[in-house]
Amino acid sequence: MFGRLTWAAIPFDQPVVMIAAGTVGFVIFCVLALVTVKGWWPYLWREWITSVDHKRIGVMYIFLALLMLVRGFSDAMLMRSQLAMAAGHAHGYLPPEHYDQIFSAHGTIMIFFVAMPFVVGLMNFVLPLQLGVRDVAFPVLNSVSFWLTAAGVLLVNVSLVVGEFARTGWLAYPPLSEIAYSPGVGVDYYLWSLQISGLGTLLSGINLLTTILKLRAPGMGYRQMPIFCWTALASNLLIVASFPILTATFAMLLLDRYGGFHFFTNDLGGNPMMYVNLIWCWGHPEVYILILPAFGVFSEVVATFSGKPLFGRRSMIMATMVICVLSFLVWLHHFFTMGAGADVNAFFGVMTMIIAVPTGVKIFNWLFTLYGGRIRFTVPVLWTIGFMVTFVIGGMTGVLMAIPPADFVLHNSLFLIAHFHNVAIGGVVFGVMAGISYWFPKAFGYTLNERLGKAVFWCWFFGFYLAFMPLYVLGLMGATRRMQHYSNTHWQPLMLVALAGAILILLGIALTGVQLAVSIRQRERNRDVTGDPWNGRTLEWSTPSPPPAWNFSFLPQVDRADAFWAIKQQRGTAQDRNVKRSYQTIQVPRNNPTGFFLAFFAVLLGFSLIWRIWWGAGLGLLGAIAICLIQAWRTDGEVEVPGEKIAAFERLHGPKESLA
Amino acid sequence: MSTEIEAQGVAPGVDVRTQGTRGSYLIGLGYAVILTLASFWASSTDVIYAPGVPILLAVLAIAQMGIHLVFFLHISSAPDQTNNILALAFGIFVVGLLVFGSMIIMAHLNHNMMPMDRLMQMQR
Amino acid sequence: MSAAEQALVTADAVPLSLRGPAPKRVVAGYGFWLFLLSDIVIFAALFAAYAVLSGENAGGPTAAELFDKKHVLVETACLLASSVTCGFGSLAVQSGDRTSTYFWMAVTFILGATFLSLEVGEFSHMLSIGAGPSRSAFLSAFFTLVGTHGLHVTLGLCWLIVMLLQVATLGFPPMVRRRFFSFGLFWHALDIVWIGVFTIVYLGAHL
Repeated sequence: MFGRLTWAAIPFDQPVVMIAAGTVGFVIFCVLALVTVKGWWPYLWREWITSVDHKRIGVMYIFLALLMLVRGFSDAMLMRSQLAMAAGHAHGYLPPEHYDQIFSAHGTIMIFFVAMPFVVGLMNFVLPLQLGVRDVAFPVLNSVSFWLTAAGVLLVNVSLVVGEFARTGWLAYPPLSEIAYSPGVGVDYYLWSLQISGLGTLLSGINLLTTILKLRAPGMGYRQMPIFCWTALASNLLIVASFPILTATFAMLLLDRYGGFHFFTNDLGGNPMMYVNLIWCWGHPEVYILILPAFGVFSEVVATFSGKPLFGRRSMIMATMVICVLSFLVWLHHFFTMGAGADVNAFFGVMTMIIAVPTGVKIFNWLFTLYGGRIRFTVPVLWTIGFMVTFVIGGMTGVLMAIPPADFVLHNSLFLIAHFHNVAIGGVVFGVMAGISYWFPKAFGYTLNERLGKAVFWCWFFGFYLAFMPLYVLGLMGATRRMQHYSNTHWQPLMLVALAGAILILLGIALTGVQLAVSIRQRERNRDVTGDPWNGRTLEWSTPSPPPAWNFSFLPQVDRADAFWAIKQQRGTAQDRNVKRSYQTIQVPRNNPTGFFLAFFAVLLGFSLIWRIWWGAGLGLLGAIAICLIQAWRTDGEVEVPGEKIAAFERLHGPKESLA
Repeated sequence: MSTEIEAQGVAPGVDVRTQGTRGSYLIGLGYAVILTLASFWASSTDVIYAPGVPILLAVLAIAQMGIHLVFFLHISSAPDQTNNILALAFGIFVVGLLVFGSMIIMAHLNHNMMPMDRLMQMQR
Repeated sequence: MSAAEQALVTADAVPLSLRGPAPKRVVAGYGFWLFLLSDIVIFAALFAAYAVLSGENAGGPTAAELFDKKHVLVETACLLASSVTCGFGSLAVQSGDRTSTYFWMAVTFILGATFLSLEVGEFSHMLSIGAGPSRSAFLSAFFTLVGTHGLHVTLGLCWLIVMLLQVATLGFPPMVRRRFFSFGLFWHALDIVWIGVFTIVYLGAHL
């Protein structure tokens, strides 16, 4: 009746899990109770859950990512504390079969459910505003994408309490991930939650790519587009081109597991190496999907806070697109040691070294932008400078491992772990944090507390170095990744330093929460009334904070890059502040519950497939189809905002210069 | 201002230029039939130099895909098709890389694999 | 000259990339084109797997033993013809002609369904003689590649039925026209993928 699902699926005998689940369950219950008692459900449903507004969706993505950061980081703390203890005769408190799930969940969550939503959320919020348009190309699809990602999040977290998670690492290599060696539901949880959220990501990529290429303000050609939009273009191009590979590869593994197929099995002709090849064809572009928008954030931040246009704009754009193309030509460096031979390894080694060059171009451009500018050392700038130092170190260790003989020594050692955390934290996390503190006032109408923001930065910065520099040393000493225990007690002091670093980062994360709470309390003091708290250069700063649902009352007419800066230069005095405009009716997309309900049925489908509850899967599929059919017949997709309402809004939110 | 008209969603004339006519579909069908029959013939005839047959089949297949793109999907070099062509080019790049890259890499990996019987011997 | 044509003449002077947000029809068409390209990347991964695994028949049935060229030629003819009738149907949609739309799309449906039944027949025959997807890696790759194409055809036929229902209930508003345009793109793209399939899988087997 319920497939493989029985009461035994709940790990009553594992206290750590039960306590964690109990705590989380209790918190969720309290939150839901609070919302109910205060009567916030209609507001939440109307303004957030069924919203198809890119600004709301962007905020929800980031909120989801922050939640999952806590989950992923808890896994990190578990690993660090285990490794600090498990030296020599001591064996720590996490048995191997549990530890394996923890590192697998840590990687999966951090990449797919923290980094991706952070980056997609930033792009969602910023792109239409920077492009000078009202919303993305497909607003309802945008909502669907978000909720499908949330569905994946739910499934992964349910695996903690009902069943188990994969023990195969964040990429689930066969043959270990085949049904013969992972007969439990863990790998199925992994595969289905990523297939569902992967679909969401692909749709989001199509959406944002269409937006950038087909929806820009009049006069904004490609050369006038902000750099963040260019990096978003490259990133979304990579999403559309690479995520299908992930989908197909996971589908093949699923067919092996469910249908007894032989793509990657050890017997009857299967080839596990093919999985490694295909998955990294996706995996390498994936890391560029994450880093390119972060690069875009840094470009915006250095230009704004130096008070200068970005140095080398054209070379920046070229470098971005070169990285985009080259990111497809390096994937084998993830498996130099799998045995393709010297010729193949040499080609990919050289390509990997070449891809460092455009990144170097970018670093120089940022430095030269800062040089000679009137720099304001705000929180976003601190993150940027921290990034430039940290990412360069991480990049250098990457180029080091690009040499195949060196990689043969260092592959899958802690050196590798240190490298990719170096670039992921120094690049992606620092970039997202810079972006959040930069654009927060635009989203919410008040700035974040600056002092606490700086404290968060320093905790992350020093915490990162303490946590990961020892790992470089340990890697060179021979320590491998994914190890639950080690016999060489000389490694333990370094593991302790790493734990200290992790605790410092934990403090940074906690302070982020405190910063949010304090900033909300102090919001009246930090109100952004002009819409332009940083003296920005791009169009999003020309809107009120937060912008209305329709973003711009008039689509701005653009004729050069840094469009808003040009407008401010020409403005001079307050002369054109009282220009009388006749505001025309604007069509705004109506709220739509399609995304939420599709995700509901996706969770039902995924959970049922995981546990082999075939009738549940059928129900989920039928439900999803029904929702799509209902949406297909919807003819009232938009609501009209009359000109008078827009005029009233304009009057209320201060004089905004005519942009047309 | 014409840009205002464009911005509000009227795209005059674009419809006429990118739509096909019955003729274009029938011409496309004609070419496609010829190329399909040629492919089937090429794969079973002895007339052609054997090692060249795969290349001929590839050429015929690519030509037919081109016919479909031009006559059925109306891809052209008109300026409003530029984005379509660029996207297609990137897609072809990725597809080619994925298929041929995988074939080359897997061939090398398989070549360097220990023979199965020796591998199984080591398991015992 | 009509006002629209006049606007076109002056608008031609402004490059497309500077004209502001494109109309919905263009946006929807391009978005679907991108989706199709992503779908083709999925097929590329499956083609890559097939190319790598096609020789791995684990002592079981080989491609040369299993595949019948005449059968494939008929399937190809059905799909190709359905592409042309779909094109005629698209023209009917553009001119808002209901009867013509129903007729040509019905023919498209029948041709597509014929293709599918031929393919299902082939699959069930192979299953009955023990040449199913779990027999060997080659067969896994074959069933997945060709089966995924067949699944897309099935989804296309279901979509076509929904579209015809939309015409019956809503007529030809712009939304329905955009969707038919996307359907046309989808259907033609499936035929393009089929060219790859019959060349590499079926004709390639006999080399």
